[in-house]
Amino acid sequence: MTISARGNRGHVAYWAFIVHRLSGLALALFLPLHFLVLGQALEGEAALDVFLRWTETPLVQASEIALVFLLAAHLTGGLRLLFVEFVGWRSEAQKMLIASAGGVAAFCALAFALNLM
Amino acid sequence: MSPGAETRLWLAQRASAVVLALCVVVHLVTMIAAVRGGLTAAEMLGRTRGSMMWATVYGLFVLAVSIHAPIGLRTVASEWLGWRGRTADAACVIVGVALLLLGARAILAVTL
Repeated sequence: MTISARGNRGHVAYWAFIVHRLSGLALALFLPLHFLVLGQALEGEAALDVFLRWTETPLVQASEIALVFLLAAHLTGGLRLLFVEFVGWRSEAQKMLIASAGGVAAFCALAFALNLM
Repeated sequence: MSPGAETRLWLAQRASAVVLALCVVVHLVTMIAAVRGGLTAAEMLGRTRGSMMWATVYGLFVLAVSIHAPIGLRTVASEWLGWRGRTADAACVIVGVALLLLGARAILAVTL
């Protein structure tokens, strides 16, 4: 799907494409930071604990919940795309698949948020 | 890039997506369970240090994401920015190698 697909933005699949792309971009930007933070463990537990204490602030926790949602949304959206590419486009099933993908992503973010609090 | 090479990139992204799907499910379940009651470095490293299983899972995760993310970014650069050709391909390789190195360092940090 290309930028010219903007003409299809009334279709739910267009918005699924936008969510998949933006979540992928956000995760690609986040990943190097995530790796750098985990790398702090090379300097010992204390160094990592300093960072983990910082993550207990409300704004960072909200960002973490958003990231879990983006990760789960990219996963479920990606599984839908694999289904479309390798099994086939089933027009009647698209809305149900997209709704399920969003529902599972929201469930993961909610479960993470509830355990975090 | 030749059509054959484009096809190989397409296949590499889908194959890496299948591996990532399994790794992300494991990662999501682990994260959701691990944050219950707060997360400490001792608790996190206690689970991963010396574990061949976690080293293997996260090794596969890093390898797959180092293939998947740069190819996806290359597509976005081409479709949304019109950036394609050798410089875009080179940037894609640099991003992949950087993710692989940073990811390998992170795995060593939490499993050794």
